[in-house]
Amino acid sequence: MVPTSYYLILSAMIFAIGAVGVLVRRNALIILMCVEMMLNSVNLTLIALSRQWGNLNGQVFVFMIMAVAAAEVAVGLAILIANTRHRESINIDEIHLLKW
Amino acid sequence: MNIAALTANLHVILPEMVLAAFALLVILADMLRQDEEESRLLPLLTLAGILAAMAATAWIWNRPVASYQEGAIADGFALGARTVILVAAGLATLLSMGYLPRINRQMGEYYALVLLATLGMTMMASATDLIVLFLALEIFSLALYILSGYYRKNPRSTEASMKYFLLGAFASSFFVYGAALLYGAAGTTQLREIGNLLASDHGNPNLLWPGIALLLVGFGFKVSLVPFHMWTPDVYQGAPTPVTAFMSAGTKTAAFAAFVRVLMEALPAQQIQWGWALAVLAVLTMTVGNLTALRQLSLKRMLAYSSVANAGYILVALVPGTAQGSKAALFYLLTYAFMNVGALAVVITLEKIDELDALQNRAAGLADRWPLLALAMSIFMLSLSGIPPLAGFFGKFFVFQAAVEGGWTWLAVVGVLNSAISAYYYLRVMVAMYFHEAEEPVQPRRWGGLSLSLALTALATVIIGLYPSLWTGFLSGLGG
Repeated sequence: MVPTSYYLILSAMIFAIGAVGVLVRRNALIILMCVEMMLNSVNLTLIALSRQWGNLNGQVFVFMIMAVAAAEVAVGLAILIANTRHRESINIDEIHLLKW
Repeated sequence: MNIAALTANLHVILPEMVLAAFALLVILADMLRQDEEESRLLPLLTLAGILAAMAATAWIWNRPVASYQEGAIADGFALGARTVILVAAGLATLLSMGYLPRINRQMGEYYALVLLATLGMTMMASATDLIVLFLALEIFSLALYILSGYYRKNPRSTEASMKYFLLGAFASSFFVYGAALLYGAAGTTQLREIGNLLASDHGNPNLLWPGIALLLVGFGFKVSLVPFHMWTPDVYQGAPTPVTAFMSAGTKTAAFAAFVRVLMEALPAQQIQWGWALAVLAVLTMTVGNLTALRQLSLKRMLAYSSVANAGYILVALVPGTAQGSKAALFYLLTYAFMNVGALAVVITLEKIDELDALQNRAAGLADRWPLLALAMSIFMLSLSGIPPLAGFFGKFFVFQAAVEGGWTWLAVVGVLNSAISAYYYLRVMVAMYFHEAEEPVQPRRWGGLSLSLALTALATVIIGLYPSLWTGFLSGLGG
């Protein structure tokens, strides 16, 4: 059996890649994808820990995160579209009517 | 699992069920309505839902403390926080009545989203399980992302919505990763059980400490602590002002209530470590918030940075990890809900049509033309700067008292110094209202709901200040 720590290290790496992606990429869609990657790395963590502890709390949590992530994408893409109606770009550096 | 187990103590989540039912009712009513005239009924239906949820909360108050499925609890602290959130939602609905028809025709989904966001917030204030906590957080966050971009024709509003969404989703993933690692350290998602387990065997430190740190980041974003506050001024400024009012009071109350519960039920054994982390964050938050607020010209940005600074004061109460501190935090949130919503209501009256914000010079000369409005704004500004005998003074007093009695005197001193700095930018608004000449005649916008909420918030700010003991008796802290 693969030790739990392997899964935890892998998911920590995926989470870190996602977080760095959010910070360095300028395209709002890519940022959204990076956030999804972070959420999925959390899912991997939860499933590994759920097997480790032998209870189902972690797996239930994963289903909730999947549902939330789907809702988040639906809302997020709608917001991006509403925003694109005002300007032809989804580059977040060009979105600065309000000071960051 | 049988039906009896599922319905046992179902009354604990009665306010949430009422809110959900009314949210669906609002959507249905919006679909069935014949013409624009009938859409005036939607805010009244929303208010009815909020009042019904308040009645349900009051009804639960008289019953013994109970927990539904170990996921939500109805203790005094949760019920107090729920009440504050419902008050904020009610006031925001009053503010939206005359505001919405100007910015966007479709209104049904707006009020449904307000009710759903309220549901998420009250749920978060009573959650005792990490899974419920996360779900509640996302329910109100998703609703607020949409609400802050509700003025779709205005690029600032959609921009605020997008910034809020991207940073909010980013922060949520930190929060949920922290929750996952805490589950890994303790093997359960129930806060009390986590606390019991960690008190006896301390868990796996490689999972526990990163977990706590990530949770702090997630909560820090939601309550806008420095350095996770970057979204606050932009979103507060770009969102429709009633939404800003709702967001500032409601989100803060929900997130702080959950924050207190996680710290005191799941992590009491680690108080020494998180106490210091919170103390550092509190000093940073108060100082940066107040110093940045000093040089804001826009009223909404000023109130946004003031909201950051206020999050710092509330955090001071959390540092010692005492029951007294949690009660002080809740009392502060109650006073903050009234004075901040009131201040934003005045901003609404000063806004130009089609604009989402008002500069400070719009308030110039207000006292000559509209003395009552200027008086109300003075009450809110004096209360926010903590001058007795208004509500804000006692909020700060109890918070700093809790810090001193918990052995954090230096932190209370930093807080008092900060509140002296903050007086400068609050009083500047009053100076403009009373001593400056108006550059252009301002015709304040007004409607029944706006006047009503201004009167209610101003009265509450004065009454809480005159009789603070009435209110401290009805709120209760958490554990000990």
